[in-house]
Amino acid sequence: MAEIRVESLRKTFDDFVAVADSSFTIEDGDFFVMLGPSGCGKTTTLRMIAGLELPTSGVIRLDSEDVTFNRASERDIAFVFQLFALYPHMNVRQNIGFPLKCIGRPRSEIRERVEETARLLRIDHLLSKSVSGLAGGDRQRVALGRAIVRRPKAFLMDEPLGTLDAEFRDLMCEELRSLHDRIDATTVYVTHDQLEAMSMADKIAVMNQGYIEQLGPPQEIYDRPASMFVADFIGSPPMNFLAFGGVLQKGATSVAVNGAQVAVPALRQDHGEAEYALGVRPEHIRFDDGAALRGKVFETEYLGTNQIVTVETAQGRVKARLRADTRVSAGETVGLTFLSERLSLFETESGRALRTALHNAAPGGAAHG
Amino acid sequence: MSAASAHSVVESKPWTRHLAGGVVILYALITILPLVWILMTSFKTPPDSISYPPKVIFEPSLEGYVNLFTTRTRQTPEYMASLPPPENWVERLVRDRNMVIAGPSKFGERFLNSVIIGFGSTFLSVFLGTLAAYAFSRFKVPLKDDLMFFILSTRMMPPIAVAIPIFLMYRTLGLSDTHLGMILLYTAVNVSLAVWLLKGFIDEIPREYEEAALIDGYTRLQAFVKVVLPQAATGIAATAIFCLIFAWNEYAFALLLTSGTAQTAPPFIPTIIGEGGLDWPAVAAGATLFLIPIVVFTIVLRKHLLRGITFGAVRK
Repeated sequence: MAEIRVESLRKTFDDFVAVADSSFTIEDGDFFVMLGPSGCGKTTTLRMIAGLELPTSGVIRLDSEDVTFNRASERDIAFVFQLFALYPHMNVRQNIGFPLKCIGRPRSEIRERVEETARLLRIDHLLSKSVSGLAGGDRQRVALGRAIVRRPKAFLMDEPLGTLDAEFRDLMCEELRSLHDRIDATTVYVTHDQLEAMSMADKIAVMNQGYIEQLGPPQEIYDRPASMFVADFIGSPPMNFLAFGGVLQKGATSVAVNGAQVAVPALRQDHGEAEYALGVRPEHIRFDDGAALRGKVFETEYLGTNQIVTVETAQGRVKARLRADTRVSAGETVGLTFLSERLSLFETESGRALRTALHNAAPGGAAHG
Repeated sequence: MSAASAHSVVESKPWTRHLAGGVVILYALITILPLVWILMTSFKTPPDSISYPPKVIFEPSLEGYVNLFTTRTRQTPEYMASLPPPENWVERLVRDRNMVIAGPSKFGERFLNSVIIGFGSTFLSVFLGTLAAYAFSRFKVPLKDDLMFFILSTRMMPPIAVAIPIFLMYRTLGLSDTHLGMILLYTAVNVSLAVWLLKGFIDEIPREYEEAALIDGYTRLQAFVKVVLPQAATGIAATAIFCLIFAWNEYAFALLLTSGTAQTAPPFIPTIIGEGGLDWPAVAAGATLFLIPIVVFTIVLRKHLLRGITFGAVRK
């Protein structure tokens, strides 16, 4: 098992910058997820760690050894592909044993380790089957088996659940996480699915256009998004943004949104005249007839335990997550209040979050450029 | 799996199916009739083969095959009477025509030449084609598109258009009437087809397979041999069949550039002369035997031509 350290990593394809100056450290035994929309550079970063792509500049260290320009086969890492990449001309046993055969292990050892791996993944009854007849989940298990069997320093996974049905995906999410807990291997996992990321990760790096927007544990990223992009990308429905302008003073505990005073976590710094946005998670909104901020209910979406209510306000539509038994009907005028200590503030132009009392409890260095 | 099973929106009606079946059968009959005719002629006697109206029902004879493989001389009845009794059915058949076997014909050698040149150039074309196609498919090749077009452009005229320069070149280089010369010539013609066909097949094999093998500890070459080649088998088989058919059937260059040692069967077969004109049953017998290798080759590789086996493990 190993620590992976990425320093000033950069990759360009002709004019296109896929990865722009990334630096981060994946600690030994971490389940590290790179999350972002397609084209954000997460897969390119992963492929550079794997050795399938060479960086334009920067350094990659595996356990402090510089492996930046080593061959993929010299890095002792395993890669699980989105399309599984099981060899169709081999059966399950041969597929799982393939990495061991490549490095020339004796036959008896291959046999033993393949069977041990198959038992771990509960696919020992499939060993003699052809891979083309397997169901999606089993194929994924075989692909994982091929990764695990070599006991590599790290696992790299490129959207391994992307092609599975929703039902299988949940199941495999759990299995992957429990597998990780059992073998405790450093894992780098790439996905565009925030639910996968939130449910499995020890740490998440949210990427956008080649940059890491934020790196931290899932809760940190959800509660204290470092930018409007992160706030918008994580959470379903995403964070609401209410625009306002003006000057913000250090220590201020309220801001004026369309004339209404809204309590916010105390600001840590002065901010000049600019456009700002108040970020509110849907579950931090309450209806209160006496509130100054008002809007008209546009629609409601019933979800069983709760409901999503869309309210038309002067600042645009706001989605609130309320208890399912709250009575609201479309067309009704309602007042909105927010849980003030959970609100985020952003500077609209840069999209960066403003430092407030919200960050008091936060561990330092959560935000990355 | 995830894709819905393919079915037409409008179920075809029985009469349209019958019509379609009828068209296919008619087409099959038209294409197969000349072949059947040749097969029948090869089992006819020379008089039967040129009788008019043509005989559809006839007494089969192996005379054509015997004549194909032997050279014979006509003898006087006195000499024939002086011979010991024939040793086997071949001799008996020949003596019935008042002839004796003078020796084997050159058909065997010519046939062997066809095998050497046909399979040799097929192997070389597919070998070079696979390597080139892999490189074009996977690596950044400068001027890739232009090179691919250039390769294709060698097929934009009939090869025979360059017959005269090639004839002169071969004479100067001493390649005329050599096996090597013919193999190189057919390879040069076929390799462009092989590159284009195989590039298509290799493009379809996901890179993940090789990348998985690279990470698992194989070198690029090992990954190519052990992972890419087995999956390209379908394409390689199809390409090999196309290349072999061209090289096997090529007539014009063979006629022009070979005369003795390296002459292939196609220019040889029509020159089988019998008494008083062409020996049609022998020509037909030569054509029939000439068809067999290509039919066998196609049947052997047929299962590789069926797709699906190799592309089953990737969900698209």
